[in-house]
Amino acid sequence: MSVILSLQDVSVQFDTHLALHGVNLQMQAGERVALVGANGSGKSTLLRVAHGLLQVSRGSVVVAPEAHQAMVFQRPHMLRTSVLSFVMWGLWLQGTSWRDAHGRAMQALERVALQDMAHRSARTLSGGQQQRLALARAWALRPNVVMLDEPTSSLDPHAKREVERLLSEWVAASKVSLLFSSHNLGQVKRLATRVIYLEAGRVLADLPVQEFFNRPLGDSHPEAFLFLKGELG
Amino acid sequence: MTTFTDTALTALYLLTELDPVLWSIVARSLWVSVLATAMACSLGLVLGAWLGVARFAGRDALLTVLNTLLALPSVVVGLLVYLLLSRTGPLGSLGWLFSLKAMVLAQALLVLPVVTALTRQCVEDAERNHGEQLQSLGAKPWLRSVLLAWDERYALLTVLIAAFGRAISEVGAVMVVGGNIEGFTRVMTTAIALETSKGDLPLALALGCVLMGVVLLLNVLISALRRWRQRIDGAGADPVQGVLV
Repeated sequence: MSVILSLQDVSVQFDTHLALHGVNLQMQAGERVALVGANGSGKSTLLRVAHGLLQVSRGSVVVAPEAHQAMVFQRPHMLRTSVLSFVMWGLWLQGTSWRDAHGRAMQALERVALQDMAHRSARTLSGGQQQRLALARAWALRPNVVMLDEPTSSLDPHAKREVERLLSEWVAASKVSLLFSSHNLGQVKRLATRVIYLEAGRVLADLPVQEFFNRPLGDSHPEAFLFLKGELG
Repeated sequence: MTTFTDTALTALYLLTELDPVLWSIVARSLWVSVLATAMACSLGLVLGAWLGVARFAGRDALLTVLNTLLALPSVVVGLLVYLLLSRTGPLGSLGWLFSLKAMVLAQALLVLPVVTALTRQCVEDAERNHGEQLQSLGAKPWLRSVLLAWDERYALLTVLIAAFGRAISEVGAVMVVGGNIEGFTRVMTTAIALETSKGDLPLALALGCVLMGVVLLLNVLISALRRWRQRIDGAGADPVQGVLV
């Protein structure tokens, strides 16, 4: 497997706050990496650095030329457009002609079962529908690396399941790589192949998913152990 | 009381009888303010949208200056334009002083900071919500500013209406650079000031009623626009509601 994303000794500083501290990460094609940790641990910052939205203060980020990224945010703010145009805008910004964008956008909407709402205002959708629309836009871009920043944290249980189901289908249907942050450890178990535990901007554990959940982490990774205990207890 | 009643009745007569002097002043006022607003908006919308997205050294200082200019007294603008256009000024060769062109220029300069600052605020708020998503899709700052300004078009329409309200209701700048010449540069606000000082209260009151009507109409338009926006997309409160007019 080839390396599609590599972070070497990455630090990010916001004024006096060190959001990431000497992070190393190599991601292989097809891997599904979950970032876990408490609020403020640096998960979202790491995602933004990996996606090129934030500049690093130190270190380097190398993205393989074949990696085509798309990102889904925690809160999918809707532009003042129709559902269909919301997806088409994304495609157009990435260089697809408006005419071609229409067909691809409709395909993407069918995939998330929003095709019947194509001409409705995107802002009138429910939270779950908006997140499905954000997934549709990401899917329409045909990425091979998808970054998701707590994609289901602001959704009700039903919408959560629906978004997770769509993600699972996406992963099953293609060899897409995932880098996502989540507080939902059940979701991490179901979606990830590898788990990175962050605390105060540092990587404290980087383990295959089975090992992360099954191994007694009390000795080797006491902080991760306590986090898991708190989350699961 | 009799004087007030007589004045009000005469003012009503002037309005209903379509007094040519009164309505020519109204038409001139509208024309000057529409042109000034159009000029200020064509530059202010672009500048404000760019300032809403761009990040550069000295931006905070520039925004402080811009916000200060919001409170710029209109007579000061009039004075500056007067100095620019006076015979010995840098633009004296244009021969615009005491003309409608000078009045349009003065009002445009007065309204430009209003349009720029309010547009900047709208676009910056939108950038906070949508900026990362657009950046993630590859949109550079210039393109983001255009897209976000378009996305905030209804709020910006409110800015436009507010700017027009500021332009048409000011008196100092047009008085200084226009000279309040009868039949030539006399507009509603300058006519009200002059007629009141002369004691011709019916004409002043009639013009005041028209001016109030224009401002009322603008506020009704803003409210209607806001209700329409909320109905079509459930948008939150208008960031520029209730300002200026």
